[in-house]
Amino acid sequence: MSGERPAADGERDTGSPSATPPDLVDLLKRSARGDRAAFAALYDATSPRMYGLVVRVVRDRAQADEVAQEVYLEVWRQAGRFDPTRGSALAWMMTIGHRKAVDRVRSAEASGRRDSSYLHRNQPVSHDETADTVLSKLDARRVRAALTQLTGVQREAIELAYFGGYTHTEVAALLDLPLGTAKTRIRDGLIRLRDTIGVGQ
Amino acid sequence: MTDHRHDAGRDISDVHALSGAYAVDALDDLERARFEAHLKACADCRDEVAELQETAALLGLDDQTPAPPSVRDAVLSGIDSVRPLPPRVPRHAGRAARSLVSRGLLIAASVAAVLMVAGALLLDPFGGDDGGRPSATERVLAADDATRVQSELPSGATATVVLSRSEGRAVILTDDMDPAPNGHVYELWLQTPGGDMVPAGLMPDRSDTVMLLDGDASQATAVGITVEPEGGSPQPTSDPIALFALDS
Repeated sequence: MSGERPAADGERDTGSPSATPPDLVDLLKRSARGDRAAFAALYDATSPRMYGLVVRVVRDRAQADEVAQEVYLEVWRQAGRFDPTRGSALAWMMTIGHRKAVDRVRSAEASGRRDSSYLHRNQPVSHDETADTVLSKLDARRVRAALTQLTGVQREAIELAYFGGYTHTEVAALLDLPLGTAKTRIRDGLIRLRDTIGVGQ
Repeated sequence: MTDHRHDAGRDISDVHALSGAYAVDALDDLERARFEAHLKACADCRDEVAELQETAALLGLDDQTPAPPSVRDAVLSGIDSVRPLPPRVPRHAGRAARSLVSRGLLIAASVAAVLMVAGALLLDPFGGDDGGRPSATERVLAADDATRVQSELPSGATATVVLSRSEGRAVILTDDMDPAPNGHVYELWLQTPGGDMVPAGLMPDRSDTVMLLDGDASQATAVGITVEPEGGSPQPTSDPIALFALDS
């Protein structure tokens, strides 16, 4: 991956009146050297997005707190392994966070604690605008617009997988798709999103 | 996604289609292990996964929620007890510089390194063009009864063992594994029901590997990794650095 990315690491104005957004790549590099202040700045710049994602996937606040904590300790531990030529710092962090959140709901499910009412609930979308976000409203609008370019099945399959934490096999069952086709819907949908938003171009 | 010559006539062709599901963590544990084994051998899939993960990371844009201050406090005090991992550095360069002095030895070492890389390519579980017959590694990873056990290595990296009782073999996948100490190797072991450790091969000197264990794993109760002197040992000379308990 190279060149322009929509989730650029704060190289771009977030629209917040206050200041230039922090350079996440630099903060990660300094964190890898043990710079706690840089890590605190990294946390402050990214935690509303990270916590928002973790809460959406995990739902239970107490568990979300634990997961968010694990995620940031992992980011600290792995900071030196981040490779800016492979993608943005934010996506790298969100990938770690998403994996941990999904692993948590699956292990919770295994121990019978999972709330399985996802489909019967309208996910309230939080439009919290308080924090130092590293992404502009413009980006959010572009993503929302890109989502409308997907077929209904593609969008549902991606959302059930990404926010619901369901496996592609479970997604197929939830959407009454033939076995083995949900993975194709997810991939096709993500590729269309990628191309519409212009990731990696 | 262009080079799919190794797909022909195999179930493995499906594996590329998992890139999207992998990027949104929609694979079960075993599929994830299989796909990660595939990723080590498929640069196209690595590129695609990176782009799709980048895309997926944009999905939660509307979900910003401030974390409670207690989380921030716990994180910032928690990092005191966690050492950041070192960056990845080229392995052979570092080792050669450390352990070899004479120029002749260095040349010999680089020839050996080339041979090892060539060997690794030949042994590459997915990249080989062997007329379309699945390798033993592929058969284990694709087996209906395949099971997966993870264990953490001392460095904090994770290694995964995939076992198929019906194939009678086990495969180990490592990611980011520290090099063995100078003059030592990692040796693999299969534990018998009687508790004996049977040698199952020496691991290649690479941090990321997919390796088929030697020997019959159909009855094995565990897989172990020990640090042994160069050349390996007939019996473990130290406690395992990782042990993977296998369900019977």
